[in-house]
Amino acid sequence: MRSATAIVIGAGHSGLAMSWHLTARSIDHVVLERGEIAHSWRTERWDSLRLLTPNWQSRLPGHGYAGADRDGFMTMPEVVHFLQRYAEVSRAPVIPGVRVTQVRREGESYELATSQGAWRCRQLVIASGACNLASVPPLSAGLPAKVTSLTPMQYRRPDLLPDGGVMIVGASASGVQLAREIQAAGRRVVLCVGEHVRMPRTYRGRDIQWWMDAIGAMDLGYDAAENIERARRLPSPQLVGTPERATVDLNSLRQAGVELVGRLAGLHDGKAQFSGSLANVCALADLKMNRLLAAIDAWVTGSGLKERFGDPHRDAPTVVGAGTKLSLDLTAEGIGTVIWATGYRPDYSWLDVPVLDRHGRIKHDGGVVDAPGLYVMGLPFMRRRKSSFIDGAADDAADLAAHLHGSLDRAAA
Amino acid sequence: MTASNSTSAQVKNGVNVEALLGAREALEKAPEAAQFKWRASCEWLNGTHSRSTIEKFFGLGAEQSRDTTFTVEADHPKVFASEDHAPTPVELVLSGLASCLTAGVAAIAQRRGIQLHSVKATLEADMDIQGILGIDDDVRNGFGAIRVHFDIRADADEDDIKALVAQSQKRSAVFDIVTNPTAVFVTVN
Repeated sequence: MRSATAIVIGAGHSGLAMSWHLTARSIDHVVLERGEIAHSWRTERWDSLRLLTPNWQSRLPGHGYAGADRDGFMTMPEVVHFLQRYAEVSRAPVIPGVRVTQVRREGESYELATSQGAWRCRQLVIASGACNLASVPPLSAGLPAKVTSLTPMQYRRPDLLPDGGVMIVGASASGVQLAREIQAAGRRVVLCVGEHVRMPRTYRGRDIQWWMDAIGAMDLGYDAAENIERARRLPSPQLVGTPERATVDLNSLRQAGVELVGRLAGLHDGKAQFSGSLANVCALADLKMNRLLAAIDAWVTGSGLKERFGDPHRDAPTVVGAGTKLSLDLTAEGIGTVIWATGYRPDYSWLDVPVLDRHGRIKHDGGVVDAPGLYVMGLPFMRRRKSSFIDGAADDAADLAAHLHGSLDRAAA
Repeated sequence: MTASNSTSAQVKNGVNVEALLGAREALEKAPEAAQFKWRASCEWLNGTHSRSTIEKFFGLGAEQSRDTTFTVEADHPKVFASEDHAPTPVELVLSGLASCLTAGVAAIAQRRGIQLHSVKATLEADMDIQGILGIDDDVRNGFGAIRVHFDIRADADEDDIKALVAQSQKRSAVFDIVTNPTAVFVTVN
């Protein structure tokens, strides 16, 4: 059995950032990667996807974007290259092609069964990602057999879809991006809209992510959030990364021809039923967006730098037609595909340590898991709002590496 | 900004938010106690006139009784060749929705430290009665649409008041019941 003081599972941005900090602290460690570096970014994303954060915001410990298009958005091959380069320059001890199949606590250690033999460590960092599995609601069982069911992890591009219309369930970042490109490819698109987060791509001449960073929203700590459980479950904002910095919202999708309906509430006998709550979820999202914009305006006023930015404005409220459909006969209306853009969750099926709650979520305090020497990274709002962003890995890895180091010292004392 | 996110002692909307938050915290730790059963019984009187009786319910792991047994009557108006002893059942549904949303507005205002002065909800629902009369199978029996209008006077700005109403819909049981499908099982002796 091979061993290391610390093992990091996953060589994505989180795992590599942690590795950098462990190296800086001279803590002997390896990074076990089931595939190659940035595996999920290579294999589990659709073709057109770009990061939702601008290039300058990909700030990792000891590494950053060095190209000319600082305000652009990386394509997936660019993200893969960026992380590969990071692993090289930081000399991360990555062992690729090692899939962890089981983790058990054994005395003072963790024992890992992998596709390439067993490992033992004192300290274990789970950096295997927050989006390993697509969450598909149980009512999907009612989908007619003739309709193809896909998750965004399986979807690649519009021309690979079966013939016919497409119903997309969920209007967070994934759902609105797929609706936009599938409609643009000439398909009929029905978008089921539950609670969502509306955001303009740019505001007062800057990217919305620039503003979130500037006003300190991304650094808000998990212990300072008003309702952390709700904050952690918040859907991703309706954003798309495009060279033209397009805003994608429900109004623009409607104008492009996407049919908006309420949250998918039932699926029986080939018929989909939609909630009558569409107007309210849109009102909630409009009000929330305007509160964010008001916070930005207040920051600008307080900064005394008003002349550096454009004028404040508010986008039109989301239009919800009185004739919004409450049901759709999928078979009769020729819907060939349903895409479940209903969120993602981590896969802990290999984790044989009792640290999951009744929802299957890992119990942790800002990434410090409820078991000695066990850490997790990259979960939504884990230590701060930016924890699940590439830009959040640096601060989280610094904090957790310090904690990990401290617990090694305590054990040695 | 006068409104804060914590309950403000100066705000008196008559809602015991501390008790509600305490209950929420307790139920997060004991979700089985959150399982409630609501009940009503209804007896036919004559014609379309009936009387419902509402008393016991189940919750917090036990049968719960109350000091008063309530009755609610329903009938149909004279244009339906009835005697109009009481509101129609569909009007009671509107009343249920209005009461649920209004209670929510008060509770959320208290939680957000917003003093209410008056809250009035006005509701109107469309119905094509060709459905219930069996004239046209393409017409549903129930409402085509429901419109709710709130007039609220409160110590808060317009968007904060709109946010109260939006949050009330988000957390309303009756709003959920009328906007989403529910399985109904009916048995007969």
